[in-house]
Amino acid sequence: MSGTSWGRYPQPHDQRLLMLRDRDAPLPDFTGTALPHGNGRSYGDSCLNSGGTLLCTRGLDRFIAFDAERGLLRCEAGVLLGEILDLVVGQGWFLPVTPGTKYVTVGGAIANDVHGKNHHVNGCFSEHVAGFELLRSDGSRRWCSAHENADWFAATVGGLGLTGLITWAELRLQRVRGPWLNCETHRFGSLAEFFALSAAAERDYEYTVAWIDCAARGAAAGRGHFICANHAPAADGPRPSRRRLSVPFTPPLSLINRASLRAFNTLYYHRQRARVQQALTHYEPYFYPLDAIGRWNRIYGPRGFLQYQCVLPPAAAEAGMGELLARIAASGSGSFLAVLKVFGTRKSAGILSFPRPGATLALDFPNGGPATFALLDALDEVVAGAGGAVYPAKDARVAGARFRGYFPAWQSLQPYLDPKFSSSFWRRVTE
Amino acid sequence: MRRILIVGATSAIAEATARLFAARGDALCLVGRDAARLKLIADDLGVRGAVRTATATLDVTDFAAQAAVIDLAERELGGLDTVLIAHGTLTDQNQAQESVDTLRREFDVNALSVMALLTPIANRFAAQGYGDIAVISSVAGDRGRMSNYVYGAAKAAVTAFLSGLRQRLQKSGVNVLTIKPGFVDTPMTKDFPKGALWAQPDAVAAGIVKAIDKRRSVAYLPWFWWPIMGVIRSVPEFVFKRVKL
Repeated sequence: MSGTSWGRYPQPHDQRLLMLRDRDAPLPDFTGTALPHGNGRSYGDSCLNSGGTLLCTRGLDRFIAFDAERGLLRCEAGVLLGEILDLVVGQGWFLPVTPGTKYVTVGGAIANDVHGKNHHVNGCFSEHVAGFELLRSDGSRRWCSAHENADWFAATVGGLGLTGLITWAELRLQRVRGPWLNCETHRFGSLAEFFALSAAAERDYEYTVAWIDCAARGAAAGRGHFICANHAPAADGPRPSRRRLSVPFTPPLSLINRASLRAFNTLYYHRQRARVQQALTHYEPYFYPLDAIGRWNRIYGPRGFLQYQCVLPPAAAEAGMGELLARIAASGSGSFLAVLKVFGTRKSAGILSFPRPGATLALDFPNGGPATFALLDALDEVVAGAGGAVYPAKDARVAGARFRGYFPAWQSLQPYLDPKFSSSFWRRVTE
Repeated sequence: MRRILIVGATSAIAEATARLFAARGDALCLVGRDAARLKLIADDLGVRGAVRTATATLDVTDFAAQAAVIDLAERELGGLDTVLIAHGTLTDQNQAQESVDTLRREFDVNALSVMALLTPIANRFAAQGYGDIAVISSVAGDRGRMSNYVYGAAKAAVTAFLSGLRQRLQKSGVNVLTIKPGFVDTPMTKDFPKGALWAQPDAVAAGIVKAIDKRRSVAYLPWFWWPIMGVIRSVPEFVFKRVKL
């Protein structure tokens, strides 16, 4: 338990860690402010509390009950999504919504109201949360669901841990026939082609997402692979590799630079020769390709990296994405895995939930100092101009005024904030 | 399927070990002081696949109450074939140097209570002609060191007791496993600064299950404590007494 975030920027200071182990126990004593901290997979500073206390929830990792007939799972907030999959997939169930890593806790998934490649079908994580218990610093406990304490529910899902500690939750799982997916990968040459593919696939595929070559410029700009998939009825299929690679130490410099970036992206784009390719894939490499490489965040070197994820409303999506990609390619910065996805039109439950209708782009930038920050500020200008938003779970640097513009309802969270809870992120964007 | 009694079931290492047994579909009886926490753990093990769970509260130093708990475990699980004894306290060495009461209490918890529990269990297992006894001792019992020799002495007593018991039960088909963890990152050691030698409870638990299945006699966990303790044991006393450990 290190008390850092996945991007390794910023580094917290004067932060005290308290390990929680008993969901029925009162909160431990702390001075100053506290913040629940799950597995530290938020990228920026939304899971940090410099000068305060982190209430580490990984010790709350017990299952409570599983109804294998109806797919209802009760578990403590520190259980990892991967631990849930290990338990339920063999019994014919799956997470109805999963982000791109299985190493997040249930509490973290709720507090960031995470989304996945099936947002256009299943919405956000919170849509599948039957309820959770919220423990406040005054010792009170509330059961929150879409029906009971619904205002607390809306404040807490996507509420970045600021409304109190989620101790345990009940999740509604989704039926599957097995661990495999039928995957179809289409190579596309432009953003227009991507949006056409995505619109056509939405009805027939549960999962849609694209990898995009963020280093491509000129005629090649906007090219990538569009990947759509459905859970497969297959009785057998490929097994995930049991080999676990890990980045053993932090290199002195980021391994991601202009040259490696262009080379990787070009090779990756041309990896697939055919325009369309089909495959039966296990859920692990499909949903969690990066989880196969332990501590991959180290490749960005000691200064860490910044992830940028934004959403642009439908009307502005195609032009806006083109503009963002042009600026990124011109900067020579960016990442191996830039991800593009069109969200569904369902309204997110949380006051601060990030997903909204439109297209979302996510990619990493090595922390190259002021140049990187200037680039991200420039991207913010495009996003704000288009009426979009940036995802707090990924953010380490957005200006307060920008955040308040992206989430105009942020003040309606005020009455629900726990007076003794705060985070580095929250102080940065609201004070 | 194993029918397992775990004493000290709320300890981090015991809980991690119990999860591995549960996932295999074993039956478990959990014994500890805190009934509420035992219930939380039992529910969790049930979800993870344990065919049956039972709980019983016991203060291990209440020697007179031990027999009833062993009876209960046997009744609830329909027999017993595996026992894991995992309870213990990390002695405050300074306090134990000052107070004979502390010294005696620590010996009661870490040494005598273990031997007391094992006395009827060993006799039952010997009579039924099968069983696995696994006890968490410690590398601290391999040699007394100034920083924790009261704890170490209690663990050394357990280690010696187990060694003799192992010889005695060998021909009855009962295996006795002495588990010697090194530094493990648990609530018991939460105030220590953690370094490269520290292991996670999950890793130690996996080693325990493997050692029980393979009917090993002694397991250092992780394995690298075996050569480390080999070196520490072999340092001659006239040198050792000048070292601060």
